[in-house]
Amino acid sequence: MPINILMPALSPTMKEGKLAKWLKREGDAVASGDAVAEIETDKATMEVEIFDDGILGKILAAAGTEGIAVNTPIAVILEEGEDASAIDAAPPAPKAIPKAPPKPAPLPQPQTPAAPPSRQPKPTAKNSRVFASPLARRLARQEGLELTAITGSGPRQRIVKRDVDEARSGVAAAIPGQVYTEVLHTTMRKVIAKRLSEAKRTIPHFYLTSDCRVDKLLEMREVINAKAPEGKGAYKLSLNDFVVKAVALALKEVPEANVSWNDDAVRLYNSADIAIAVATPGGLITPVVHAADTKGFVEISREIKDLAGRAREGDLAPEEYQGGGFTVSNLGTYGIKAFSAIINPPQSCILAVGAAERRPVAVGDALGVATVMTCTLSVDHRSVDGAVAANFLVAYKGYIEEPLTMLLQGQNL
Amino acid sequence: MTATSFDLIVIGGGPGGYVAAIRAAQLGMKAALIESEHLGGVCLNWGCIPTKALLHSAEAYYNIQHADDLGLKAKDVGFDLKKIVERSRSISKCLNAGVGHLLKKNKVSLFDGRGRLAGNGKVGIEKDGKSIAGLKAPHIILATGARPRSVPGLGPDGKLIWTYKEALVPDALPKSLLVIGSGAIGIEFASFFHTLGAEVAVVEMLPQVLPFEDEEISSRARKAFEKQGMTIHTESTVKSLKKGKGSVTARIEAAATSADIAVERVLVAAGIVGNVENIGIEGTKVAVDKSHVVTDEWCRTGEPGVYAIGDLAGPPWLAHKASHEAVVCIDKIAGAADVHPLDASLIPACTYCRPQIASVGLTEAAAKENGFDVKVGRFPYLGNGKAVAMGEAEGLVKTVFDGASGELLGAHMIGAEVTELVHGFAIARTLETTEAELMRTVFPHPTLSETMHESVLDAFQRAIHI
Repeated sequence: MPINILMPALSPTMKEGKLAKWLKREGDAVASGDAVAEIETDKATMEVEIFDDGILGKILAAAGTEGIAVNTPIAVILEEGEDASAIDAAPPAPKAIPKAPPKPAPLPQPQTPAAPPSRQPKPTAKNSRVFASPLARRLARQEGLELTAITGSGPRQRIVKRDVDEARSGVAAAIPGQVYTEVLHTTMRKVIAKRLSEAKRTIPHFYLTSDCRVDKLLEMREVINAKAPEGKGAYKLSLNDFVVKAVALALKEVPEANVSWNDDAVRLYNSADIAIAVATPGGLITPVVHAADTKGFVEISREIKDLAGRAREGDLAPEEYQGGGFTVSNLGTYGIKAFSAIINPPQSCILAVGAAERRPVAVGDALGVATVMTCTLSVDHRSVDGAVAANFLVAYKGYIEEPLTMLLQGQNL
Repeated sequence: MTATSFDLIVIGGGPGGYVAAIRAAQLGMKAALIESEHLGGVCLNWGCIPTKALLHSAEAYYNIQHADDLGLKAKDVGFDLKKIVERSRSISKCLNAGVGHLLKKNKVSLFDGRGRLAGNGKVGIEKDGKSIAGLKAPHIILATGARPRSVPGLGPDGKLIWTYKEALVPDALPKSLLVIGSGAIGIEFASFFHTLGAEVAVVEMLPQVLPFEDEEISSRARKAFEKQGMTIHTESTVKSLKKGKGSVTARIEAAATSADIAVERVLVAAGIVGNVENIGIEGTKVAVDKSHVVTDEWCRTGEPGVYAIGDLAGPPWLAHKASHEAVVCIDKIAGAADVHPLDASLIPACTYCRPQIASVGLTEAAAKENGFDVKVGRFPYLGNGKAVAMGEAEGLVKTVFDGASGELLGAHMIGAEVTELVHGFAIARTLETTEAELMRTVFPHPTLSETMHESVLDAFQRAIHI
């Protein structure tokens, strides 16, 4: 009996995905363990692996189809002795799972409160002929573009050369006299726009700002970094690594700030999972350092370096950037003094960290100079009140200004 | 006077204007067409059509003169110029009447007079200096065409120094003719008068005859003309024309030389200028650049609701360009689906000299300038059975491809009937075929069209018959 390949869920929260590319063609022999297609979700691309042997009988969702709901059949495998006529009779049989099935979340995961409604694959993707000029077909093939993903502007929506050129450049045709070019939205850009607009529009934000003196922290960092071994085991801690640790410890102290809001309840997280905002060429992504309070500075530092590096390569698995109870966004390396961040839903708090800089400060009644870092906490007032947020910030500031106290908690170096 | 209301007013009834009016009527618009002289414009009355009639007579004369080559006998071969001209005129007259019927059939209101913008969507019509009507419409198309450029010091007098208009209706065959300008008009008349027996010299300012054609094709054309006995002066200008009794002395200057030649008649065919005068654009936002109205890709002028098409709106100066612009302009006004601006690289150009010349798209040089990795195919008429059977072994079909994508960038042809072949490449370009589809297309044997197939094959080193 023909076996349906279903749109896999690459993570517990995934509702829909884009069929980025077919790795096998109709009629190809396939065997258990073969990767047959690539699926693109909000922020990552993964392969679909199959667990049956046979022939890839029919592709139901053309490459480039967006918004395919999880568990929708995307292709049919014919087993030995079956022919294509068996396809229509085949009942849906969920068989496919992704190459890297998400491990059961070791810790409670925040749920995305408003998953985007699942859209059906474009009806045109099924059994339909794509009208395109021979030149457009060839150019698309040369560029590795899927014709189904291109909108035709020729007679009767036929795809012509200029459509492929536009798709290739991602830029709409420049009309003479036009003073701008348009860069079409990527999936990632659409998600960022949707999530952040929703956050800014629906979450009642309030902001608390605190200046933290970091002279002692810098001193301690210097000592620790000086002890770093050469070669294997080398490390170099950044100020942000300490910030992440301090945030995690402060959350343990004030667990009411490690929460998320949903319509029925406030969810308190047991683990201090800290999401780190990382800028990538495609846009912002927030990989998560799980249970950061239990990890040493060096471990945190290595983990962040690894996650940020792979984030820039577009190489993160979904579970590596989904979840987290609190986000840290640090623009200090850009010399930004202070800023207010938009909350990363469904979390309740995000800490915006500015640059550590030498500033005049009052020392008693005299004027002195100290290294100061301004941190601004954005808070969801639905789930976290002002006093709770203030308590958190005080605790955080305590760890940052007296960094040795961090060593008294959890694990040390 | 109250103005009669229309959906569209077209000023000028040439191949741009009358097509615009008919297309508008097809789309349910109430259309008015104003023409002061004759329907069909220069094309039908003083250009494309009557010259083709003359050239057909000349071609037949040439063939009869060479009857012996085909094993035929013809004695006392001669011609009656008066009858040749009469035939040409009657063909124009007949087609002119045909345009009238088409307009009537499509219920286009025709006004005999001179149209002029009168502001606020109004157009005034004058006849013999008197205002005869006022019209009003939200959309007004200017399609008043163009006229020969007059070069200072070389002013036509209609007797010894001609424009194409006089050249179309000669009383007698001049013994000698000097043609100034080697564009399509100049070359076609040169070919006509030369075939009938006149001594013909052509002067061209640029380095090649038919300056817009592919250099290789132009150079072959020049050789063919010179072999026939024409004199060609390129990179030369006529400095002065001195009129005598029944003859003109022309001073022709090249880079280092200067020579006087005496001829019976001179034809000035040094380009055209747009008819931008007396159409009421003064004081409007209609902009004029070098005697042509400036328009955007939808034929819109700077003045809202006023459009310009055809020769008035700039090059290429071709009737089929005007007609296509008319359709694009009207379809856009009507909000029709799938309207696209006219792409100049899809417009074929034809010159009906002997041998004929036709082309579409980029020349080899232009393709290289545009940075394409160019593949060029060539196939001579000599390798084509039908051409040889017809006694027309002189000719070349040249194709220019983008090596990277296989796009047919241009095609350039010289030889018998190439004007009837070039549309094949025009279709190929419009449909965006690559070399693969052209190679796969079955061209019938034996036809001249097989040269097109072989030229495509040759661009990819696959020609069979060469």
